[in-house]
Amino acid sequence: MIGCAAAAASGGCSDLTHTSWFRGRFREMSDAEKKDVIADLEKQHSERFAKAVTVGAEPPLEGVEFGYALDISRCIGCRRCVYACVEENNQSRDPQVHWIRVLELDKDKGIDLAHANPYYDAEKVPRDGHFYLPVACQQCQNPPCVKSCPVGATWTEADGIVVIDYDWCIGCRCCMSACPYGARHINLMEPHIPAEELNPKTHYLGNRPRMKGVVEKCTFCIQRVRNGRYPACVEVCPVGARKFGNLLDPSSEVRYVIEHKRVFVLRSELNTRPRFIYFYGL
Amino acid sequence: MKILTPVIVALGLGLNGCGYDAHDGPSWPGVVPAVVQDPDAKVQVPPPPFTEGQFPCSDCHEAGLPVNTTRRVLKTAHEDIVLRHDEQHRWCLDCHDEKDRDKLHLASGETLEFTESYRLCGQCHGDKYRDWRAGVHGRRSGNWNGDKTYLLCVHCHYSHAPAFQPLEPKPAPNAPRGDLR
Ligand code: HEC
Ligand code: HEC
Ligand code: HEC
Ligand code: HEC
Repeated sequence: MIGCAAAAASGGCSDLTHTSWFRGRFREMSDAEKKDVIADLEKQHSERFAKAVTVGAEPPLEGVEFGYALDISRCIGCRRCVYACVEENNQSRDPQVHWIRVLELDKDKGIDLAHANPYYDAEKVPRDGHFYLPVACQQCQNPPCVKSCPVGATWTEADGIVVIDYDWCIGCRCCMSACPYGARHINLMEPHIPAEELNPKTHYLGNRPRMKGVVEKCTFCIQRVRNGRYPACVEVCPVGARKFGNLLDPSSEVRYVIEHKRVFVLRSELNTRPRFIYFYGL
Repeated sequence: MKILTPVIVALGLGLNGCGYDAHDGPSWPGVVPAVVQDPDAKVQVPPPPFTEGQFPCSDCHEAGLPVNTTRRVLKTAHEDIVLRHDEQHRWCLDCHDEKDRDKLHLASGETLEFTESYRLCGQCHGDKYRDWRAGVHGRRSGNWNGDKTYLLCVHCHYSHAPAFQPLEPKPAPNAPRGDLR
């Protein structure tokens, strides 16, 4: 930073905007600083994609802690969620980045992640003898990824969403190896999204276009859920296996699941305490 | 219920200590309930999935077409409808109202709009209906903390042969490339 200040003084930073160079951690910024940064990003992305891109900074809602529940007795492995997520969250099309991975498992073997197959192909699903387990960020209450980040670029928000400040991520991938769910993904090459497919409604901590060399993952569709909407995967699931809501609200769908269904979390032995649970809806 | 306790504890939400009956209302100060609903209230649904030209039924059924309550194979209309839904025990007019063909009816004789067909299904599938009311069977869209639309049972289950049909999956992800992992 000092280097740039010096360069700026000598006129050498002319093509760098003020904000991108002097930017602090998003969560430590004042409202005025956030406003500047956002205006800057909106301008940059709108020019690049030749359409009006908005970058939101909606804060967590009071009295809300998000939770997610997925009915594995209903999921048929159709992968509609995978692609709805790509479109909503502006994942790179080439190279391909998918935040949701749907695992195919053998009914005989049960939840045996070592033998899970994400690459299954079939005319029709479900395939006999198999069941399906979609996996994305589990929004842990005790997140190993956050602890492993050497620069404080990833943290848990008050509504339970684990977020990443892409402008602070140094791409070291410590979080990727710390995550037991394989839920974090890096853009090792320049991400590519056709302009006409870009979702222009974005959030700073979520689906805004990412740069090369940063890590990304599911944020429960932060740009939707902080505005009261369901995540995109919930609304697209043709079997209705995906449930979302406020864990603090006794009348929410997720609380109904916890209270009435048989539920489990992935790799509970690691004490990560996911806010993403699986259940048998039967 | 017993097996749930460890999970709730594992979730660490302390849900146990706060008398969390679903009808108790919020247990935290400042927590606004997502839905305050009367269990019998009508819900917002997308239009029922009729085939073009079928609705209103009264276009044909009131235009001088005699009601025929005899259980039979239909030959001059609706030949495409083959019941595969407990068909030994049931026929068309157990669900469709004979006098007002634009409506369904319950066992009690109460007639229903097609936008409320879930109540018909709920008569025999009480457990699924309860879960659907809670948003856990079936699907909702809209706002988790406000207005939502529920898919009708018949959006996913064809009423006459309701087994859920298999789907073609979307493409598998690319296998990882050596240089990218
Ligand atoms: C289990 C109850 C039930 C039975 C039995 C039943 N139906 Fe239906 N039927 C329904 C419901 C519910 C709908 C509404 C579907 C919708 O909302 O699109 C429907 C829809 C229809 C439609 C409109 C279909 C379309 O494609 O738009 C016709 C015609 C019909 N039924 C005729 C019949 C006939 C003829 C029989 C007997 C062979 C029959 N139904 C038996 C419940 C039933
Ligand atoms: C294009 C005209 C037409 C429309 C529209 C139509 N029907 Fe029919 N429907 C018929 C005819 C004709 C018969 C008699 C068929 C036979 O006896 O072989 C019939 C028979 C039936 C029967 C058998 C009982 C009876 O009264 O004969 C049911 C039940 C029925 N229709 C339900 C419906 C429902 C429900 C709808 C609307 C969703 C509907 N129909 C729309 C022409 C129609
Ligand atoms: C009068 C009672 C009755 C009504 C009304 C009724 N069902 Fe059923 N349903 C049954 C019975 C009995 C079975 C099990 C036998 C069978 O599968 O044929 C069944 C089976 C089913 C199944 C499982 C089918 C399979 O093959 O796995 C589904 C799904 C279903 N019903 C949905 C519905 C929907 C949706 C409605 C409302 C349009 C409805 N039912 C209305 C009695 C009813
Ligand atoms: C979003 C789509 C969707 C909606 C809406 C929906 N269902 Fe289902 N339902 C499913 C799927 C998927 C299954 C699992 C089917 C299977 O395993 O073959 C299922 C299974 C069932 C079964 C079979 C029992 C079982 O557990 O496999 C019944 C009965 C049933 N549903 C009734 C209803 C009724 C009644 C409603 C409305 C109150 C309803 N469904 C609404 C998707 C839906």
